[in-house]
Amino acid sequence: MAISKKELFELLKSGFPDGEIKIDDLAGDNNHYAANIKSSKFKNKTKVQQHQMVYASLKGKMGNELHALALTTEEK
Amino acid sequence: MATINKKIKDIINKNNVVLFMKGTAEMPQCGFSMTVSNILKKLNVKFIDIDVLADPEIRQGIKDFSNWPTIPQLYIKGEFIGGCDIAKEMYENGELKKKINFI
Repeated sequence: MAISKKELFELLKSGFPDGEIKIDDLAGDNNHYAANIKSSKFKNKTKVQQHQMVYASLKGKMGNELHALALTTEEK
Repeated sequence: MATINKKIKDIINKNNVVLFMKGTAEMPQCGFSMTVSNILKKLNVKFIDIDVLADPEIRQGIKDFSNWPTIPQLYIKGEFIGGCDIAKEMYENGELKKKINFI
């Protein structure tokens, strides 16, 4: 139950092609990450909607293969 | 599915502040759940803690209900506030306190 940083980045990038994406592997175990995403797609969305969009880009992996993703989202 | 949705709706409509979490406010079983539970304690607000580990139906049901893949999940006045990251952000920028003052 883990996902590589590269795979995580690619999933996020495909969801947010204009995104500035920063990922930290918090525990070094491919299972606890922090991500910061800046994208124009977040414009006029609530925080809940922004995070839902990120989770959607992870195609069901969040809460399954990926245990923990501390998330911050910003409009670009 | 319909029953569990109704059960969740009842819980969030009957209680001003509800935290769906792993473990209880007294004994959280996950760091993210503990973070949100501690925030609510610091804000001195009365809240109901629902331990999803004690009820697999609620554990999956709340994820579907909120369209949110992770636990914890915070509800205030029937409104989904978010998970740990959003609760933390709103605590730090004072928005959460404002919401709670409105109760």
